[in-house]
Amino acid sequence: MKREVPIIITFLTGFLCVIAFFIPHPPLGDLQQRFLVWYAIVYGFTMVLGLDSLLKYNVKKITQRKEGWQYSYVLLFGLALVLVTGFQSWLKYGTPFELRSSFMYCYIHIIVPLQATMFALLAFFISSAAYRAFRARTFEATLLLVAAAIVMLGRVPIGKMIWSEIPVVSDWLLNIPQLAAKRGIQIGVYLGGVVMSLRIILGIERTYLT
Amino acid sequence: MRILDRLAHIDRRLIFLTIGLAVAIPIIMKLKMPIRISSEVRSAYETIEDLPEGSVVLASIDYDATSAPELTPMFRSFLRQCFRKKLKVVYTGHIAIGLPLAQFDLDMIATECGAVYGVDYINLGYRPGYTAVMIGIGREIRDFFAVDYRGVPVDSFPMMEGIHNYGDIALIVDFAHGLAAEYWIQYVVSRFGVRMFACVTGVMAPTLYPYLQAGQITGIIGGLQGAAEYEVLVGQPESAAFGMPAQSIAHLFILAFIVFGNIGYFISRRKK
Repeated sequence: MKREVPIIITFLTGFLCVIAFFIPHPPLGDLQQRFLVWYAIVYGFTMVLGLDSLLKYNVKKITQRKEGWQYSYVLLFGLALVLVTGFQSWLKYGTPFELRSSFMYCYIHIIVPLQATMFALLAFFISSAAYRAFRARTFEATLLLVAAAIVMLGRVPIGKMIWSEIPVVSDWLLNIPQLAAKRGIQIGVYLGGVVMSLRIILGIERTYLT
Repeated sequence: MRILDRLAHIDRRLIFLTIGLAVAIPIIMKLKMPIRISSEVRSAYETIEDLPEGSVVLASIDYDATSAPELTPMFRSFLRQCFRKKLKVVYTGHIAIGLPLAQFDLDMIATECGAVYGVDYINLGYRPGYTAVMIGIGREIRDFFAVDYRGVPVDSFPMMEGIHNYGDIALIVDFAHGLAAEYWIQYVVSRFGVRMFACVTGVMAPTLYPYLQAGQITGIIGGLQGAAEYEVLVGQPESAAFGMPAQSIAHLFILAFIVFGNIGYFISRRKK
């Protein structure tokens, strides 16, 4: 029963959602909407699961003094700070998103700059990686290199200043060869998606139960 | 030969420094470059221009601070265009950490354009569920958003009167740094037939070209270049347009480094 019940639930909800796509009228449409609301609720609870997992992992790391355990203190402190300020702001203003709230202070002055800094570092690493790895070793690699160079120049104003036709060639690369390859890959991926969905709905694919 | 050898083994700290300066100097010197308007950005701009006054536009914020330099200028220009055209903006999103970021822009541009909360725009906030929420709005928006981001019932706002599902929404504009734009197209545009265009980061833009060519979306505003073009079209060039010289010069330096690396590679191969 431990395996059969989830398979039956998956079959019924999956089958109903497929039918409701073609016949959205009551009662199928109403039932589908109810399932979607339930899905949203379950989705919300997965965040609690994530929180539990994050806490357990970092507490274990500290107690076992694993490499980098000191950073787990920073993470736990950050987690507690956001939780405390979030609840405090909620109680005080009725919402944590009030601009004067302590939660928004943490958001603006800690979370946003940290996220932006982490992502900004990518520019430096990409430059260094491109210098080291982007080599014209084969004919295909040379094609990729030339196409990348044209698109990189075509997507910025300086490309047109160098040669007025660079943006035109860049647009052609994006609209014709790139699109042809992309479309082929996407059709393959989505056909695979349809097959996988059917296998799950029909109970043939059961790896999600393990 | 020794110089060429050295070019092939540039210290990565020197690359970091060069890129840092290539970005910083044009910004400090406030360099300007002419912006060429592409057809996909013009098409996105005209989609909003063609909407009649009072039409409802759903803006989905599916990015956070990591992509704000590219997407914030697009969002600001979008709001300016909507509020000048007297369109109603419904604001929601699927990245919880990104919504408050765009909320600043919303409040700032609304004040600038004289738009009133609850009359000209509304912030529905975040709900978990992602694609389930996207599909669910197709039947009744209140099933997921009974209250706005402050917990006030949406029915207490005059602009929400008559807005129930995608049938009441003239256009969806997604601001995304991930797969959200594709989900909007696959789950909403193809199923409910709503018009949509996407504002995405430079790396995500090529993914959406098949949908643009197939006519499933009306335009793409991609990366800082797209944001700069949109700013020019809306008539208020700001951070994106001013950032383009920095990006141009950074691209030139990256290409120069790639050329140096390849010169070194061919020299070392010949030696072997």
